[in-house]
Amino acid sequence: MNYHVAQAAWLNAINNFLLKNISEIRADFPILNKKVYNKPLIYLDNGATTQKPQCVIDKINEVFSSYNGNIHRGVHAISDKASEEYETAREKVRSFINAGKREEIVFTSGTTGSINALAFSFGERYIRKGDEIIISNLEHHANIVPWQMMCERKKAKLRIIPINDNGEILFDEYLKLFSPKTKLVAVSQVSNALGTILPVKKIISVAHTLNIPVMIDGAQGVQHGITDVKAMDCDFYVFSGHKIYGPTGIGVLYGKEKWLTELPPYQGGGDMVETVTFEKTTYNELPFKFEAGTMNFPGAIGLGTALDYVLSLGREDIEMRERELLEYATNRLSGIDKLKIYGVSDKKISTISFLLKDIHQYDTGMILDKLGIAVRTGTHCAQPVMDRFGIDGTVRASMCFYNTKEEIDVLGTGIEKVISMFS
Amino acid sequence: MTINQVQDTIVDEFSIFEDWMDKYNLLIDTGKELPVIDQKFKTKDFIIEGCQSKVWLHPELKEGRIFFTADSDAIITRGIVGLLIKVLSDRKPEEIISADLYFIDKIGLRQHLSPTRSNGLLSMVRQIKLYAIAYKAKGKK
Repeated sequence: MNYHVAQAAWLNAINNFLLKNISEIRADFPILNKKVYNKPLIYLDNGATTQKPQCVIDKINEVFSSYNGNIHRGVHAISDKASEEYETAREKVRSFINAGKREEIVFTSGTTGSINALAFSFGERYIRKGDEIIISNLEHHANIVPWQMMCERKKAKLRIIPINDNGEILFDEYLKLFSPKTKLVAVSQVSNALGTILPVKKIISVAHTLNIPVMIDGAQGVQHGITDVKAMDCDFYVFSGHKIYGPTGIGVLYGKEKWLTELPPYQGGGDMVETVTFEKTTYNELPFKFEAGTMNFPGAIGLGTALDYVLSLGREDIEMRERELLEYATNRLSGIDKLKIYGVSDKKISTISFLLKDIHQYDTGMILDKLGIAVRTGTHCAQPVMDRFGIDGTVRASMCFYNTKEEIDVLGTGIEKVISMFS
Repeated sequence: MTINQVQDTIVDEFSIFEDWMDKYNLLIDTGKELPVIDQKFKTKDFIIEGCQSKVWLHPELKEGRIFFTADSDAIITRGIVGLLIKVLSDRKPEEIISADLYFIDKIGLRQHLSPTRSNGLLSMVRQIKLYAIAYKAKGKK
């Protein structure tokens, strides 16, 4: 054995010792040992929502059973405790995405809530008639419609970065979209429909040379690998709690302090104000200016615990497990005659979108469901992506670290069964 | 056969099978027997909204009875619309309007099809009944 091989084997051994093994990881998620239609649940719809580890479930239970008092309001013990936990969760989010300050972390209801908030506030503050916003052909409806609504209000225009047949954006075409009217670039970190990882760093650096801010939709990115908003240098970053093993109904809008200071609030109400008279209201400081009304503090606290969980597994390890799964699944599925994968970039998260020749995606999804396999079918809220490929929809298997190669094998056999049923 | 007799036959056919895979195979076969809609009616006017797959349904009144033809781009959906047509085609408008479609629940279609698909099924039923109501109203004039 030469030195390098020995070293690799040694590192591997250490790794295996340190890493939780897959059955230990799966045991953290109570839903993963459930059965559907009397078959073991094979959950491959992580792009839609992820399952929750026991620690997150326990944490939410703890909030409601031990300190359910409204945050930032009470003088009493449980309100104080809830406020403290809520602010601790904010700090956890800050640290997780490596934002500079906790003031830059605004809690929202989710990615959709974050983008709608930003589209409103940014539109009110900066957008004039004829201005342009750049998005890509890969966007989820949540990163299209809010901008469209804002454009309608402000008589502004959307410009679209086209994609190639692999499902990657055409960078040269992106460069051509800039004009003196460009006010913002808003693109995904990762395509939800195809799994493509976008070159966000490059996208941002080009926009910044022209002093144009960039929003990154991290809904499908934050849970895969390491997201560092400082290194990325994005001006805004948004994501959802439920897609990163946290609760539903909680999301994050990160914005650089200079932007958040300038932007007007998008909702008025309690807690976001400093003084209120009938003549004039002055707003609270950041981030509270953007947090009107009672926030989903149990959700935020649960999200904090979910982020702790992800860190405890190790984001590099998660990335490694998922890369292995993607490779295994891509090999297994491309070996099936009549199966076509949509989105074949070499930079992808562990998502495979596919169609079977002459078989409707809905038929495929229905039969897989009966075999206990949860996949998503349809347009994945990304109709422009489907239009680009001239299809009505796909079947999407979105995997994450708790999935196994055995599950991929069951998926493969399931797909073969579908083909035999419908051919 | 009356509407209920056809429904009972379908319920019997489906109850033979324990396994859902077999029931789906039966649905697929039903789809193959579907009276297929004329290509020229496969337009927006005859499409039924509320289903992930496309469903076209065309009614025709002949001697006071309504005949339906249909199609879908998904095979299971074709089977489902095929079942509805078996029960409700070649009927008088009044019969269709007052039909109680208990077979849907009895063969487990409503529970076992996903909510979006189930909605699609209900949209199909609603559309069929709407056609019947329209023809009945026309007949009265």
